[in-house]
Amino acid sequence: MKKRLSRLGLAFVGAAALGAPIATNAQEVKTGGTAIIHMISEQRTLNPALRASTGVYNISGKIVEPLIDKSYDGYEPVLATDWSSSEDGLAITVNLREGVKWHDGEDFTCEDVSFTAMNMWKELLNYSSALQSNLESVDCPDPHTAVFNYSKPMPLELFVAAMPDLGHPMPKHLYEGTDILKNELNTAPIGTGPFKFVEYERGQYVMAVKNEDYWREGYPYLDRIVWRFIKDKSAAAAALEAGEVHESGFIGVSMADVERLSEDDRFDVGTKGYENNVAHSTVEFNHRNPILADLKVRQAIYHGLDIDYAIDTIMRGFAKPGRGPVPSAGGANYTDDVKTYDYDPELAKEMLDEAGYPVKDDGFRFKLRHRPAPWGEYTQLWAEYFAQAMKEIDIDVEILTNDAPGFLNGVYRDHDFDTANGWHQFRSDPAVSTMVWLRSGQPNGTPWTNQFGWQSDEMDQMIDDAASELDPDKRAEMYHEIQKKAMEELPVIFAIEHPFISVTSKKLKNHHNTPRWNSSSWYDLWLDE
Amino acid sequence: MKLALPPILIYSLRRLAQAIPVIILIMVGTFLLLKLAPGDTVDALVGDMGGADAQFIERLRVEYGLDQPVWVQLWRYMEKLATFDLGWSFVYEQPVATVLMDRLGTTLLLMATSLSIAFTVGVALGAIAARRAYSLTDNVISTLGLIFYATPSFFLSLMMMLLFSVKLGWLPVGGIKTIAGFYTGWDHVWDVALHLIMPTAALSLIYLSFYLRLMRSSVLQVADLDFVRTARAKGAGETRLMFHHIMRNALLPVVTLFGLQFSTVLGGSVVVETIFTLPGLGQLAYQSVIQRDMNTLMGIIFLCSIIVVVVNFLTDLLYARLDSRIELA
Repeated sequence: MKKRLSRLGLAFVGAAALGAPIATNAQEVKTGGTAIIHMISEQRTLNPALRASTGVYNISGKIVEPLIDKSYDGYEPVLATDWSSSEDGLAITVNLREGVKWHDGEDFTCEDVSFTAMNMWKELLNYSSALQSNLESVDCPDPHTAVFNYSKPMPLELFVAAMPDLGHPMPKHLYEGTDILKNELNTAPIGTGPFKFVEYERGQYVMAVKNEDYWREGYPYLDRIVWRFIKDKSAAAAALEAGEVHESGFIGVSMADVERLSEDDRFDVGTKGYENNVAHSTVEFNHRNPILADLKVRQAIYHGLDIDYAIDTIMRGFAKPGRGPVPSAGGANYTDDVKTYDYDPELAKEMLDEAGYPVKDDGFRFKLRHRPAPWGEYTQLWAEYFAQAMKEIDIDVEILTNDAPGFLNGVYRDHDFDTANGWHQFRSDPAVSTMVWLRSGQPNGTPWTNQFGWQSDEMDQMIDDAASELDPDKRAEMYHEIQKKAMEELPVIFAIEHPFISVTSKKLKNHHNTPRWNSSSWYDLWLDE
Repeated sequence: MKLALPPILIYSLRRLAQAIPVIILIMVGTFLLLKLAPGDTVDALVGDMGGADAQFIERLRVEYGLDQPVWVQLWRYMEKLATFDLGWSFVYEQPVATVLMDRLGTTLLLMATSLSIAFTVGVALGAIAARRAYSLTDNVISTLGLIFYATPSFFLSLMMMLLFSVKLGWLPVGGIKTIAGFYTGWDHVWDVALHLIMPTAALSLIYLSFYLRLMRSSVLQVADLDFVRTARAKGAGETRLMFHHIMRNALLPVVTLFGLQFSTVLGGSVVVETIFTLPGLGQLAYQSVIQRDMNTLMGIIFLCSIIVVVVNFLTDLLYARLDSRIELA
């Protein structure tokens, strides 16, 4: 426990020091050089307007810019300069930056925004197509003003919160009249960002070079960025140590190496820069199983889990206990005033007895078939811990190991599981992320949605109301209520809230200085070499 | 009419005719087998993306042709394959043929080098060990062989990496070249060679142990046979005895193994390629399974089945050359 707190504490002290402008003044900025970044998996596309995924942003975020980004001081204008909403919430006006050019020399205008919004964000982009389903049109009263017209009120707060991830305009003049999904630029993007795409060697690397005509005068500092694909986590750790790679994000090395390298003074290791990419490690129930449909059983299971122990051993202290569908990084929408479940195996056993599941002759109360998501080492470890903890309260857990397609089908389409675990990212606003976990009526087979057979009319109503509430204070209030209800009824256990972890060479300066750093443009990143 | 053809050509033609149904069977079987795996490439993609909505998933399935029944998909694939069109990879968004060709060079270079080193050194060491059976030399060689034989390749690779890259800093950790090094000409060749030292060493040490052990036991066995005694009685010197009488016969099982291993060349070495991030076919095959990239995987298997058929044929020819008692029929 102590260890965990000190780790997180350190991470945040580090955050303050790095985020402050004093840090840059202390040392003369050096320009030039090549930053080499570790990527654990190959990307099928590099077009962030077609695929919302941190793997895509980690590369294309340097090449293609969003309208709005997020900094530690709040939302930061990038290609947009300011934004406002009409009284009724049906029109959102965004003023665009003037004098910005695409990498091929054409001007960036409202036409690009309008084209991308209607053809990609609304039609083709995952998560965004649900968010923008009520978008009717985007008008261009002048080349640098875009008006988004909605058929139902769209909270400005939600629109802005979605923009850093789901608001990348693409060049209309290169996409119009082509088959958007097959356009070659999807793997060789042209954007407005500080770096220009050079080449993508499959299985090896992606390279981008400095954009000499970048609209932020005097930036970027680096000459070049190279993303190297290294699948093997041990090899990635060796590459970091040999100085061949400068940064590995999203827990790209094994947890044992994270811990080892965190004691090595050549590296900064921490969770800073992931405040916007927080995820929950979960325990998911199949409520079609009558045993698990019993609230008492689910609560007993929660009491049987020693979350602090799991945080210390599995997450090496880089995490904290979950408090429902909104993580503490969720700002005003988060509350910790919710029902909690302390580790108490004796109480858990009592509750299971009361629920009518006494220990049988074989020594167990009942058996659960558990599917762990194959999302990396700590997800598997969390599954193993779950099985072990359940044994303590006399529940037999059989772990069914599978790869990604097997897991997604087993849980979300065939519902062939009793319990499952995975991790799920929070994307700035509950309306575009964790609410799909609780809202019923999602089509069968849609991954990361409520496919658990849990349905509550009251919860559905609360979720829909909150999504279209325009007043931010009232909206926050509504999410607090949803959180409380979720913690009482436990459709899913949001057991551990964890940011991701980066290992970064100290040669990189100005790193992890925004809450979604790996996805941001790195215009101010420099290399001390 | 056909009698005019030399027997070796008739033999070759017959083998070719036999090969076609074999390859078709392999392809159909593999296709159906892969369809048995739960989930398809869209599921894998959605897994990578961290989620998507239902319409998005449905639209992708239609685009990839995955909404069709399995036999329609199979027919469409086999139809294209008949014209040697390997199809399109939805993971790499490139034609499968291009994806394969990009990787083939690396794998061939890596495997040809390691196998030749392993074969030559393994056969030599095996023969020496057998000639000095149960001496100190034999014990040292056999023990080394056993160690390499028993060491998992990932462990050997990682330990080499730790020593030569992390601790000593002599060799690059992985990859096929220094990215952003922009070397040309001989500098480029030197750069690639440096990158290949560790993976080649790791692979050849493991293969080497196979040849060494097989050659040693094979030589020991042949050395006891009657014709060796006869040759010795007729006054053949030890060197002549070794090279002309013993080794030529002892090589037969070793050549069989070589043929077998050469067939798997295109499969590359998943482990070694993955650890050293070499963009080869082994890594590609592994990734294709994970990503359910059917077309790419089928392309690799097609290439491999052709190689297996060809190598088996060549091995049979080599047998006949080594041992004249074997006839091609």
